[in-house]
Amino acid sequence: MAEPVRLKPPLSEDDARSLEAGTRVLVSGTVFTARDAAHRRLIESIDRGEELPFDLEGQVIYYVGPTPASPGKPVGSAGPTTSSRVDRYTPQLLARGVRAVIGKGDRGPEVAAALKENGAVYLAAVGGAGALLAGRIASAEVIAWPELGTEAVYRFEVEDFPAIVVMDSRGGNLYESGRKLFRR
Amino acid sequence: MREIDVNEVTALVSRLFQEANFLLPADVIESLQAALAREESPLGRDVLEALLKNAGIAARERVPLCQDTGLAAVFAEVGQEVHFSGGSFVAAVDRGVAAAQAEGYLRASVVSGACFERANTGDNTPAVLHTELVAGDRVNITVLPKGGGSENMSRLAMLKPADGVEGIINFVLETVGLAGANPCPPIFLGVGIGGTMDRAALLSKQALLRPAGSPSADGRLAQLEADLLEKVNALGIGPGGFGGTVTCLGVAIEEYPCHIASLPVAVNIQCNSARRAAGSL
Repeated sequence: MAEPVRLKPPLSEDDARSLEAGTRVLVSGTVFTARDAAHRRLIESIDRGEELPFDLEGQVIYYVGPTPASPGKPVGSAGPTTSSRVDRYTPQLLARGVRAVIGKGDRGPEVAAALKENGAVYLAAVGGAGALLAGRIASAEVIAWPELGTEAVYRFEVEDFPAIVVMDSRGGNLYESGRKLFRR
Repeated sequence: MREIDVNEVTALVSRLFQEANFLLPADVIESLQAALAREESPLGRDVLEALLKNAGIAARERVPLCQDTGLAAVFAEVGQEVHFSGGSFVAAVDRGVAAAQAEGYLRASVVSGACFERANTGDNTPAVLHTELVAGDRVNITVLPKGGGSENMSRLAMLKPADGVEGIINFVLETVGLAGANPCPPIFLGVGIGGTMDRAALLSKQALLRPAGSPSADGRLAQLEADLLEKVNALGIGPGGFGGTVTCLGVAIEEYPCHIASLPVAVNIQCNSARRAAGSL
């Protein structure tokens, strides 16, 4: 297998468009977390014309609701959650400059179209590897909506966070191509 | 008559939920290792290696195996010669769930007012508790922290008796195919056949309590489990859903008599983090 591609957010449109489904990546730098509830609030803020908790341009959003950090650790277990629950919000965020989202599981056609249109990628991290992935998160800070608990928006500083490009900006989809390749 | 203080129940439930969230059962680790040896996809092997490493880190550092530390499913077999003292058994189980959440730094993943408020209960209670009266004076408790991702992909069908075994196979394959990468493959499948709508669903979850690689005691059901495993793996979904030859690590079927007009089938999907723990009082 080819060596993983290193990604350091903020990412440019060219960075995102150069990535192909099936490519392994290592993300280092800042990523922001958001699950269902935070997505709803982000979109409500956009609709009301309010300032967002972070500038979306070039950023990476990670769909995760970590466990509470135990003493001495920056964060608890922190693997990806199912992405399709935020499908209805994703196109708007991509249109505002988000270049990569990290989660797991299939996405709807509206997300595939928005990735193409805006130049962005959908990355998957390994679901069920929350303890391993937590080791790649150097720091975690809640930056918005702490009342949402695990669903608050965190700023993570990550180092060599492993993921794989599942959907690229050219219509490539690893879930589909991989399954076809191994179907008997 | 044997008297058991409900505080012992609380302590046991708390210990089991923490154990389940930090220690992947040995039989699950063995199935992941066996899968690594036979997976043909390099990306699939990558995923399996990550899951095995993850299990090691979780055990050594007491970090939950998965951030979704699950809804607390609890199966209690209560000997009918037991008398509980010191309060409610049900409340004692919930106190154990809450204690595990606090002491183990587990995630509070439960909301009340499922339809409207959806407000987090803050301590991962209440449990979904199944209590069965059995002979004797012991209490056996098995806990199954159940993740939302795999539970959401589970399905139930009220088939016609004429649909038969073929109908059952098709429904299982359809369910796994629709689930795709969502339930964090490689998965385990619990299949409940027969009973009523609710009983089939319960059987499918009870099937997940069986250790990986332990076939049904009924030879024909064991054969059906093996056939289903082969057919599910032929779907090609693979570890992580990235394509591969190992989509499923085990199929367990539980059966119960049913109405002459019915053939209920429930498929409970369990993720690769197939956590469970058991203990007795």
